[in-house]
Amino acid sequence: MGEVSLIDVSKRFVLRVGNAAQTVRALSRVSFTVRDGEIVALIGPSGCGKTTALRIAMGLESATVGRVTVDGREVKGCGHDRGMVFQHAELLPWLTAMQNVMFGLEMKGMRGAELRDTAEKYLDLVGLATSKDRRPHQLSGGMQQRVGIARALAIDPKVLLMDEPFGALDAQTRETMQEELLQIHARTKKTILFVTHDLDEAVLIADRIVIMRDGRVQEILRVPLPRPRGDLGVARGTKEFADTRYHVWKALHDAPPGSPTVH
Amino acid sequence: MAQIVDSKAEVEGATLEGVADLAGGPRRGVPRWVITLCSLAILLALWEWFGRDINPVFGSYPSAIAVAFWDLAQSGKLGEAMIQSLQPFVVGYALAIMFGVPLGLVIGRYRVAEAALGIYVTAGYAMPLVALVPLLVLWLGLGFAVKAAVVFLMSVFPICINTWLGVTAVPKSLIEVGKSFVAPNSVILRRIVLPATLPYIMAGIRLAVGRAVVAMVIAEFFTTISGLGAIIINSANNFDTATMFVPIVVLMVLAIGLNSLIGLVERWVAPWQAEIAGRDRE
Repeated sequence: MGEVSLIDVSKRFVLRVGNAAQTVRALSRVSFTVRDGEIVALIGPSGCGKTTALRIAMGLESATVGRVTVDGREVKGCGHDRGMVFQHAELLPWLTAMQNVMFGLEMKGMRGAELRDTAEKYLDLVGLATSKDRRPHQLSGGMQQRVGIARALAIDPKVLLMDEPFGALDAQTRETMQEELLQIHARTKKTILFVTHDLDEAVLIADRIVIMRDGRVQEILRVPLPRPRGDLGVARGTKEFADTRYHVWKALHDAPPGSPTVH
Repeated sequence: MAQIVDSKAEVEGATLEGVADLAGGPRRGVPRWVITLCSLAILLALWEWFGRDINPVFGSYPSAIAVAFWDLAQSGKLGEAMIQSLQPFVVGYALAIMFGVPLGLVIGRYRVAEAALGIYVTAGYAMPLVALVPLLVLWLGLGFAVKAAVVFLMSVFPICINTWLGVTAVPKSLIEVGKSFVAPNSVILRRIVLPATLPYIMAGIRLAVGRAVVAMVIAEFFTTISGLGAIIINSANNFDTATMFVPIVVLMVLAIGLNSLIGLVERWVAPWQAEIAGRDRE
């Protein structure tokens, strides 16, 4: 099982502008559920609160009001039941790829041969078995993010949370990584919640798309593309892709912020 | 005829440049140690040239200092003084590192520690230590302990402040990596903050070398007169200026040597840093 829900989550924080303190509403009553084995994309213009929602789901930030549940149980703070993939991989620069993956596992209490074997297994899963002794700066951006994914997957979390995981990569690497992510998902059946600002990425990868605007969930949309999606180049050519993409594009461009509608 | 010679010289010049390029790799030119040696040779030559005209009581010059150095070294006085001076230096400096780094880490990482202890460290850095030496003598006597204490007090603050600054410069995102994997605070401090702060710590340790050397001489002046400080004072009292310069030069060379040694240690404990940071300068 691996189901994560945000229930009625609001987030306010105080921002100092000059001498005046302003209260900023980052999230207002955000609710959605990512079901077991499902991939959900959070999309919206910058500043819409999508990253804040993800960070609250991870436990890196706390909700002012509302709660986060994993498999129905409320969680506070970070936990091994959720694995985080950061936007810029955020590997520890003094550790090798292997040691970076091992770091997460050690924090879970794993030691000895099991530790090495597990780290190797997950580096192999992301196709980096031969580069495991390189340090982050000796890896390309795409390879770094693969290590980031391996590090998060290795602790065998119930839910994988990804913050614009491919946003910093060049277009071609991004496409490769998207296909690989789908392959990894097919093999591991992990529940995935990811933030993106890339329309194509959201439609190609996700089962459902949560469109956010001004700190609210504006719309939750099901992507009608069947699984497995195989060659994403082919998926891009389908009518379903074009229709869904256009729908999301329209929602992001001309819908006024208002009460959420759910399809 | 003149034209032919000129063009030949040009060709030769070009060839030489080409060879230098091949030998030193692209954009290298003259190796750094050659430049340093040239700079040193020019300085010594100028000092020798002008120094010889000065009354030997008011100044000295390299060859006279070299002769004095030879005499001191031969008589065994220099070696003995060095050993005497280096003992409190090493102890005080090592204690400063062992104490300053953890203190800086804790002050940088914990809000309460920063609020409670930060002011003392900042104030301590500016403390006029020379004025406090008589008091330290009252507490610790005139011997080894007070000298090590003076070295410690002079070098602990730059190390601590640099470490502290380094901790505040650690990217928040790396700390969040620790948090997201549920690392306890102590593990975040030891396995993320400490390695990320290493370049700052090493910079602090380097800065402290100079202060520790000064502290050592101050201690030898104001407590029991001993070691290299004693040679400085005694020869100054005898108007033997050349001999007075010997320990001064020795100490400066020592500081340069220690500095390079720390550089080597840094490349050994933080090899990723040299690889990440570009050393590609004009």
